[in-house]
Amino acid sequence: MDQSPFPEIAHLHETFTEGLDLDCGAHLAQIDIAYRTYGTLNADRSNAVLVCHALTGDQYVAETHPLTGKPAWWGAMVGAGKPVDTDRYFVICSNVLGGCMGSTGPRSRSDQNVGEPWGTLFPPVTIQDMVRAQKKLIDRLGISRLFAVIGGSMGGMQALAWASLFPESVFAAVPVATAAHHSAQNIAFHEVGRQAIFADPDFHGGRYWAHGVIPARGLAVARMTAHITYLSEAALTRKFGRRLQGGDVLSPILFGERFAVESYLEHQGSSFVRRFDANSYLCITRAMDFFDLAADHGGSLGAAFRGSKTRFLLVSFSSDWLFPTAESRTIARALNQAAANVSFVEIVSDKGHDAFLLDEPDFHRTIAGFLGGAAEAAGLA
Amino acid sequence: MNDAAPVRFVAKNMRVDLELIAGMIAPGSRVLDIGCGDGALIDHLFRTRECDARGIEIDMAEVTRAVAHGLPVMQGDADTDLTHYPDDAFDYVVLSRTLQAVGRPREVLRQMLRIGTRAIVSFPNFGHWSLRWQLLTTGRMPMTKTWGRMWYETPNIHPCTIRDFFSLCDEEGYRVETWLAADDAGRHAPWRRAPMLANLFGEQGLFLLRRDHRAFRA
Repeated sequence: MDQSPFPEIAHLHETFTEGLDLDCGAHLAQIDIAYRTYGTLNADRSNAVLVCHALTGDQYVAETHPLTGKPAWWGAMVGAGKPVDTDRYFVICSNVLGGCMGSTGPRSRSDQNVGEPWGTLFPPVTIQDMVRAQKKLIDRLGISRLFAVIGGSMGGMQALAWASLFPESVFAAVPVATAAHHSAQNIAFHEVGRQAIFADPDFHGGRYWAHGVIPARGLAVARMTAHITYLSEAALTRKFGRRLQGGDVLSPILFGERFAVESYLEHQGSSFVRRFDANSYLCITRAMDFFDLAADHGGSLGAAFRGSKTRFLLVSFSSDWLFPTAESRTIARALNQAAANVSFVEIVSDKGHDAFLLDEPDFHRTIAGFLGGAAEAAGLA
Repeated sequence: MNDAAPVRFVAKNMRVDLELIAGMIAPGSRVLDIGCGDGALIDHLFRTRECDARGIEIDMAEVTRAVAHGLPVMQGDADTDLTHYPDDAFDYVVLSRTLQAVGRPREVLRQMLRIGTRAIVSFPNFGHWSLRWQLLTTGRMPMTKTWGRMWYETPNIHPCTIRDFFSLCDEEGYRVETWLAADDAGRHAPWRRAPMLANLFGEQGLFLLRRDHRAFRA
């Protein structure tokens, strides 16, 4: 497996020299937020849509990735004539704080040790910290109110945090396949991934850069575990079943034959390490684990949205067991408590959590229709 | 009719209902439509009366259709999801031709008049002469266009008559501000002031209720 760190390339970014106060009490002296925009901001700056990416996503939501050469990660959703229509809306997507595609994170130069990256000494960030960093970017772009904030999974957590922290700045929020807190089961899966990274001898206590290597094996295992949670049993069965790679003859060697699903996971793991930093993975999974919107409001999720004028659309997928429909329903009920304007749909799909990234016509129609209705209510031409 | 379709609600005669209900709602009101189907009433209230109208619907396919048309509708169940709303969140809470299909109609009505100042309730009248006639002459459960499913698979598990509904309102202390009975085409004039006749000739009953504060004083 490739042991070299993935190359640094230039990303469009804004620098904030005033830095950022974090929830943990630490202060980052200066932060960079890397971002991409699509479409045109209208004259009264009212058509901006912020797309928030998930754990391992980045700002290249609607274009070919400059590092991997892979297609846009949400190309079916964002683009000209797509549900998030760049002919109509000005779409912004930024790499989260703690990320590794140009925003300040564990891979950035440390405030404290000159010439060294932060590594595991990067302070713990929260979903809310990520959102406050995005707010700085939005302010810098001269936008006082976002027409919509949209995101799936961890992106949905950010959409919820946006609506809770800056209700006046969010006309519509679309949290997809997400939850108001990370469940014990989800934390457990994250922990397996993190332990795999820690157990890799190439991790070197997080200072792998000093040795010219990356904990590729550990990070790949983390990705493989996580990837299983993104799919459903039905999807795995449909795609791979019990198929063996090299025919159906039992090999005389224990691991002489490989199941197709094994090769698939192996591929997912090895391609992931060529674009993602292990310390970033640790940092961001931790941010998700600590997300608990109700706990931040005295245990009442409804209180997080009290008096909210934001229009919400919650979407879940029937086969998603990582962020099951019950989590979205909990959010819907909390929004009902706050008498907020909420739409809530469960899309029938057998593709598991990943469904939000895939071709799901009902899902796409739902998003397009909701945004269209919200645009009408917002007076967007 | 497709027999394989999931059995939940009677087919709604929305055009008749929609006009009658919309006529009871003041412009600019906050409205919750329970069992809103594809959201036709919400759309109508938003476009013609500038209402902040929202909906709850149990059938996911209908919800998806409504949201894809830009209407604020959430998937939910009248029997379980009304408890999550705060008191007085709406000016009107509408339950159109759904009362007879919910699990606990009396509790649903209580919730409606807790979260809303007024409730608008319509239901197909089981006291209609044609149903009485069929039961009398055949001795079997009546089958009509509205009551079109066999007793063992009908979603309409709590049928009631217009007189039954008056009596429930009386027991619960709800003030009937307006009521009418209508035939299939929405005509409602002849039985306006005569509940007995309305109960015989009205295909559906439509009530505008208000919480009677006297009932809460004790």
